[in-house]
Order: sequence, then C-alpha cells, then structure tokens
Amino acid sequence: MTSTETPGFEVDPALYSNLAGSQVNVELDTGDMILNLGPQHPATHGTLRLVVRLDGERVVAADPVIGYMHRGYEKLSEFRTYPQITTLINRIDWLSSFANEVPFVHGAEQLMGIEAPPRAQWIRTILTELSRIATIYLFLGEMGLQVGALTPAFWGFRDRELVLNLIESATGGRFHPNFNRIGGLKDDLPWGWIAECRTTMDKILRGCDDFEDVLVGNEIFEARTRGIGIIPGELGAAYGVSGANLRASGIDWDLRRDGKPYLAYPELDFKVWTHSDGDSFARYWVRLQETREAVRMVIQLLDGLPAGPIMAKVPRIIKVPEGEVWVETENPLGQMGYYIVSKGATGPFRVKIRSASFSNVSILPWLLRGVYVPDVITIMGSLYFILGDIDR
Amino acid sequence: MPHMTLALEIGWGTTLAIKTLLVLAIIPVGALILGYTFLLKMMSHMQSRLGPMDPGGFHGWFQLVGDGIKFLQKEDIMPAESDRRVFAMAPAIVVISTFLIFLVVPTGPRLVVKDLDVGVFYALAVSSLSVVGVLMAGWASANKFALIGALRAAAQLIAYELPLLLAVVGVVIQAGTMSLQGIVGAQVDGSIFGFSGLGNPFILTQFVGFFLFLIAAQAELTQTPFDMPVAESELVAGYMVEYTGFRFLFFFIGEFGTAFAFAALAATMYLGGWAIPGVTGGMADLLGPLVLFVKLMGVAFLMFWVRFTYPRLREDQLQAVAWKYLIPIGLLNIIVTAIIKVAV
Repeated sequence: MTSTETPGFEVDPALYSNLAGSQVNVELDTGDMILNLGPQHPATHGTLRLVVRLDGERVVAADPVIGYMHRGYEKLSEFRTYPQITTLINRIDWLSSFANEVPFVHGAEQLMGIEAPPRAQWIRTILTELSRIATIYLFLGEMGLQVGALTPAFWGFRDRELVLNLIESATGGRFHPNFNRIGGLKDDLPWGWIAECRTTMDKILRGCDDFEDVLVGNEIFEARTRGIGIIPGELGAAYGVSGANLRASGIDWDLRRDGKPYLAYPELDFKVWTHSDGDSFARYWVRLQETREAVRMVIQLLDGLPAGPIMAKVPRIIKVPEGEVWVETENPLGQMGYYIVSKGATGPFRVKIRSASFSNVSILPWLLRGVYVPDVITIMGSLYFILGDIDR
Repeated sequence: MPHMTLALEIGWGTTLAIKTLLVLAIIPVGALILGYTFLLKMMSHMQSRLGPMDPGGFHGWFQLVGDGIKFLQKEDIMPAESDRRVFAMAPAIVVISTFLIFLVVPTGPRLVVKDLDVGVFYALAVSSLSVVGVLMAGWASANKFALIGALRAAAQLIAYELPLLLAVVGVVIQAGTMSLQGIVGAQVDGSIFGFSGLGNPFILTQFVGFFLFLIAAQAELTQTPFDMPVAESELVAGYMVEYTGFRFLFFFIGEFGTAFAFAALAATMYLGGWAIPGVTGGMADLLGPLVLFVKLMGVAFLMFWVRFTYPRLREDQLQAVAWKYLIPIGLLNIIVTAIIKVAV
C-alpha cells in the first residue's frame, strides 16, 4: 500500500520531475498554488473542503478537510432511546434514509431476540431498494453535471421524484421516513401502492436507457471518465472503500449476497455487477447496472410479497438486554454498519457508526495525485459521497 | 413588378446616428432573443421542465428583461484585493468586441453598416478581442478560480482561432473575396451543377468548413463542450466568479450577443445570408433582415443544442482536438477547395 497523504503536503519528487519546466532555475519557478475547493463549492455535495496544491492545472497534493457538518450522532445516540435514534440516523445519508434505519433496527432486534414478521421484512427490502434507486438515480444524472452536461442532471431529479413520491406515500416522509419500528414497521403499504410502484419502475428503466444513450455512448463523457481515477482493487479494499466503488474495481463483494443474511435478500435472484477497470467510467457503469438490478429486485419483491402482520410482539417500553452486536448492510453508498453496545437500558450505551462515504473519501489524497483540476471534480463525482455520511 | 427603392435622402450624420443606434440595439436584443429562446425555453423543454411561464404573460417572455432590471438595481461589489480599474473595464471590452462584429454583417443589398473589403478578416479579428477582456477580468478579480478560468480562455483562444480562420479561408477562396457582401453575392450568383434557381449556398461545397466553423465558434463562445473557462461545476463560473449586478449583465450580453454574431456570420458565409431566391432590389432590403434572422436562428439552434447536451472536454483534450484534428482537416479543406477552384 502506498503511504497515505500527510496534511503537510510533502511533494513526491518522482511526480514532480515529470512536469515540464520543473527543472528550470529557481528564479523562474512560479511555485505552487494552493486552491481551496469548498467548503462552499458546488461539486462537493455539501461542505467537504478539499485543499489542493496545484502546479498549473495539475494537482500535486490534495487533502480533504472534513468535519464541517459533524453533528455528533454517535454521542447523541447515548442520550436517546432506541426508537428515538432512528430519527437521527435518518439524517446520516439523507438521500437514502430508509436504508440507514435498517441495520440499526436490525441490531436492536437481534439484541432483543425478536424478529420482524415476513411481510415487514419484505416491505423493508422494497423500501431499501427504492431508496437505493432514488440515491443512485440522482448520481446517474449528477455525474453528467460534474463533467459539464446539464441536461442529464435534470432527468435525474425528475425521475427520482417519482421514487420519492412512492416512499412518501408509503411512509409519510419524502426524505426522512422514520418508518422502521423495532419489531416491524409503522404501517402497511397504502392501497394501490403496488400498482403505482410497478409503473414507476418502468419509468426508471426507461430513464436508465436515456442515461445510457446520452452519457455512456458519448465520446466526450468517455474521454473524461475512462482511465480517470483508477482505484486498484486491493488498494481500495485496504482503504475501506466499499459498495459500487469497490465493485467497479473488480472486487465481487456485496453484503446483500456475501454478508450475514438480512431482510429478504436470500430469497431474491439478483446479479452483482462488477467492472474490471476501476476508473470513473466503471463506477458510473456499475451504478447504472445496479439501478436496473434494483428495479428487477423490486419487481420480484412486489410479486412475492407475503401477507401477514407487519409488527412482531414487542413490549411497550423497549429495553434492550445487555450485549453487543455488529450489523452491517449494503447501502446505496456502500457498507454501512452499526456497533451497538447495550447495558440493558432504554437507550444504547455506545453506538459506533461505520458509514460508507467516510471510508470512500479517505482514498481521495491518494487518488487525486497528479490529475488535472477537472478530473478532481470527475473523481469526486464518481466516488459519490454524501456529506452527512462522512460527518455523522 | 415596378422597381422598388427605399429612396430617402438623408445626410451622412443622420445615417451614422441610425447605424450606431441599430448596432447598439441589435446586440442586447439579439442576446435577449437567443437567451429567451434557447437558454430559457429550449433548454427547459429538453430537461422536462417549463422554464419561466409567468413574466410578461406569454410563456415568460419578459423574464430576461426583468432579470436585466434586477441586475441594474444590484449593489456594485468589487473584491477588496481587485485591480479596480481593470476590473471595471473588462466587461465593457467583452461587449464592445461583440458590437464591432456587427459592423460588417450585411442584412440586405444595401443594409450594411460598412462593407469592408476585408470583412471576414475584420470580424474574426475583433471577435478575438473579447479574450483580452476575459483575461483582464480573471486577473483583476484577484481570485484563483477566476485566474484559472481566464488562463484557460487564453489557451483556448490560441487553439481555436486557427481552425476558425482555416474554415473561413475555404469560403474566401470559393467566393474570391473577403467582403461579406461579396460572399453573399457569390452565393446568390452561383449555381448548382448549372441550376441557378437557388444560387449556391456555400454549405453545399464547404460543409467541412461549416462543421469546423461551428466547432471552433463553440470554443470561441466558451460554450459546452468547450466551456472550461466558465466550467460551472469545477471553477464555479471561472472568470466571472467575482462579478455581480450590471457588470455581470455585460458578460451575459457579451456571451449571447457573440453567439448571435457568430450565428449571423455562419449564416452569411454558408447559408447565403440575407438572400432568398427570386427576391432582389428593394424587396431584398426589406426582407433581408428577416431572412438572415431565420437562418441565424437555425445555426444558433445547432450551437445551443450541442451546448445543452454534451459534457465538457478537459483543457488538454480540447487542445488535442484542435491541433490534431481540426487544423489538419481545415488545411485539407483549403487544399481541396483550391484545387477544385483552379480546376473548374
């Protein structure tokens, strides 16, 4: 593994000697320029600050500065009861809030030794996949915006709205559903929801075809993304990169299939897409296929939705017995995990949140060395992080 | 049909005043028309949205005028570290270069401000003045993003002025003149394989040149896929990042006004300009501006279609496109045109 970046911006001499004109005498040396990308930069999806040291347009060193959005959820969790915590963790990765709730609720259920009834599990799976579609679909459009194409971004917002409408009609919240209860769900699906969901899924598939037409086949898009920001598989894994970012580097690892079985995934037939290139294009392509795969999964789930109750028998006041549990799931952005320590009270003693984006951006200093300024944006866009997921 | 003329005896002072007013009016109006039609309406429809609908009543036609009025009311902010005089001058230079192009664009047999013998050369020369304004803006803003944007604009200009010129040389060879009026005349008088009913719009013979011209014009106008100087998603707005209010409005007018001017140039050189078959004399003077406008909008549609669809190239890729492909193709086009010109 290559050494990680230090905040002191030590210049790698090997990289430096390649630059034209770097061997000129000191009087002509114009020096490097330090450029602050962010915290208020449109390409940083919020408040990530990236301090880049530039030689002309080439990045000599880059250092992400995180923490502008830290809200202290791990500490706050120690002062909340279990049902209250789902409200907080909704706001970690705010684009796929429902998927955040699932591992936490699972952890609490495992500690209490109860299991949600099958119908609740299936509906949870449907909503998780819907939030995956909503998140990644936005990425598919926004990636176009990062490389300069305006139109796909609007398509991304347009069709994501349909999915958000579905989530809203089922849960009552567009972004922060807060729908999971320990032992099941708050409500059953509303009447007519399943038919509506099927039509929306058709639209999403058509939208995926549109993205494929307008971006994947486009020479400029390929020129901008192919070979840009290559993450070698083992190095990515060593940095803790997960999700589609890792699968795009050829590592066939998906917690829905390879992890401890959870929700209805063991009963589903789905393919885990990988790509061998590991560049920005591969990450886009893998996510595009994953969206289609998620649509397939939703259709399967709708077909096989079992009947029955949506809540298991749980005591009115939830007290979790003493114990520790680690639950991890495959979230839209990657591996998301909670380590919950309970001392038998109504709230956890300690919660450790492992969020995908935090690890995904940790590779940025390594990845951004020697690229051009526009590639910085491409790479950051293709890694696809959510600031709330970096700073919990 | 009796011979029609617009025979008004007016002195040169009045003529000059009218010409000045027209040119001064045509750029903001052209910018408004392009901005409204393409930026507000066409882009909106491509992106499944309506765009402005309310201002002015009919499909929000008043929106841009309203925006302009809003810009007038804004506080004039200059960055503390900026070079104040240069900062203030830069937008004016960008806009002036746009005005200067229109001096030579003919809109009728006699409707032209000044039919210079070196019209094409002049138009291309003054159009590249705007990059001076861009450089000034980027430098005077005392902002790193603006500086990167300005330097990119300068590099881009050097790369793309050449294909633009080479594309035009084909037309000049075929027409045998550099005067824009002469080029229109050559197209009107020309014939396609002996059939002279339609004249001979140079797009038929100079289609390679037309293609090159559009690509290079796209780069001149810093429009996608060559909009690195303003690169919204990386440099935020490039050289314009520190500008607000009226100065920003100047840049906006410059951007769309230059697009208007370049579309007019392309329509004049490749699509026959103001001419339509069978209309001559005073009638052509009356219809000319309208005909040119229709052709111009067609060309502008192509430009903006590309602008709203394509991603952006990287700066080094842009240079590669210019030097490796466009310039050799342009040279080849000139050689072939010259050979055919001599042979036929």
